[in-house]
Amino acid sequence: MITVDARGEACPIPVVRTKNAVKALGGPGKVKTLVDNEIAVQNLTKMADRKGWKASSKKTGEDTYEVLLSVGTAPQEQDEAETVCIPDTRKKKTVIQVASDTVGSGNDELGHVLMKSFVYALTQQDVLPETMIFYNTGAKLTCEGSPVLEDLQTLAAMGVEIVTCGTCLDFQHLKEKLQIGTVTNMYDIAERLLKADHIIRP
Amino acid sequence: MKQSEPEEIPFCTGGGCTAKLGPDILERVLSKLPKGEKDPKLLVGYDSHDDAAVYQVAEHLAIVQTLDFFPPMVEDPYLFGEIAAANALSDVYAMGGEVKTALNIVCFPEKMDLNILGKIMQGGAAKVQEAGGILAGGHSIMDSSVKYGLSVMGTVDPARIYANNTGKEGDALILTKKLGVGLVCCADRVGEASERALGEAIKSMTTLNKTASEILRKHRVDACTDVTGFGLLGHLHEMLDGRLSARIFADQIPFIPEAKDYADAFLLTAAAQRNRNHVGKEVAFDSGIPFAMEEILFDPQTSGGLLAAVPKEDADAVLLDLRTAGLPAARVGALQKKGDTEITVVPGRSDG
Repeated sequence: MITVDARGEACPIPVVRTKNAVKALGGPGKVKTLVDNEIAVQNLTKMADRKGWKASSKKTGEDTYEVLLSVGTAPQEQDEAETVCIPDTRKKKTVIQVASDTVGSGNDELGHVLMKSFVYALTQQDVLPETMIFYNTGAKLTCEGSPVLEDLQTLAAMGVEIVTCGTCLDFQHLKEKLQIGTVTNMYDIAERLLKADHIIRP
Repeated sequence: MKQSEPEEIPFCTGGGCTAKLGPDILERVLSKLPKGEKDPKLLVGYDSHDDAAVYQVAEHLAIVQTLDFFPPMVEDPYLFGEIAAANALSDVYAMGGEVKTALNIVCFPEKMDLNILGKIMQGGAAKVQEAGGILAGGHSIMDSSVKYGLSVMGTVDPARIYANNTGKEGDALILTKKLGVGLVCCADRVGEASERALGEAIKSMTTLNKTASEILRKHRVDACTDVTGFGLLGHLHEMLDGRLSARIFADQIPFIPEAKDYADAFLLTAAAQRNRNHVGKEVAFDSGIPFAMEEILFDPQTSGGLLAAVPKEDADAVLLDLRTAGLPAARVGALQKKGDTEITVVPGRSDG
């Protein structure tokens, strides 16, 4: 069973996250979604009814409702197979600092592969960073031709803020190629890093 | 390419008319308010569900007073200003009035970049100007999140006011804008809306109901309202006022095409579900009406179109005029004698 804690999230996020959890089941199974209002329960139940999933719900506490979905057969969602997102909770003040387009140093070919797996793995986490900062050759990752663009889009859709260093874009002639997130400067980057509780550098 | 905006408007979680209080909650509170003595000069606003008041000041002159404001539903502050203003001005047009003056209503975080507020108010001012009105001032307070709107004053000839609940049996229902902007904005919030759909929704939301209202004024109109947070079915329910029933023709409903896909993907707003809870029991959907169409009919609209009840024999002429003016107007239903079911949604037009 997958549990999705969507308390504090406004519609349609609880539904989107539950849908993704069902997709992640990859077949029959159960998904439990926690929400904080009855309207969200109704929207979840409505989806379950349409999809032919069994749904039951109960109020388990003040501002907590539990919706239990039993998925009988593999969900048919061929129409949106390209999205790979998974339940998220953004962790405040956690920043991922991507200073290079490789993970580690020594072998770039391996480093590129590792970066690709790292960003994909992020999309699969229950707890997500609040911000991802890209600079130096890391700036290539938010631009046209990046091998991780799709996963970054998934992360952005789940609320992760993506910023890229403007100087780095200029220096590498990538200014017109940015595909995702916003451009920032070193002043802002320094401030974000100073304010962060956790800085993760792959 | 986007420039960095460190103090961006916080991501909109249910902005626009989706932020309205649910009709059920509202009714409970409103029904307990003391009404005071009835003033015969208050032509609209005492007991109807209109969101504007009309007060007669001379034999051929009444003033329309209304206000509307809400949190952002798009990321661009200028567009948000335009949309909020178009939405607030719409109440005057729904009454058949002309816009005269407007005052800004602003809630803004103290620490946010003032340039953002500047852009919001520029967008609003542009729409007031387009409406032919004067932006005469306003009131601003500090708040934890951004909200913007207008208090609007307009004028109308008391003999030509459109109330929302004076439709007649047999009238044709004309809708002047497409539905689905709530669904598109909802999909956009989770990054699923296409650029095209969002563009069409924004264009629709920033379009004033001025042209539609002016065209309607050339014809006979029995009742008129604007379709906003309660969705087409919610506002139709108010129009019926317990006296009439209605049929809605599903295949005539104008809507933003992608809204259907977003409904099928369950990118649904809380407000639409609240609307369903409020009026769902009054509505019968014929078999064969797709789920997505139900959602479109309950979809909360920000700065939606006008819904007018016009005599059946005039409907074609009204439609022709509206469409010639470039509006995506359609004949979406008909008013009927009160029956067991208040609103029946049928697959296609069925009144001859």
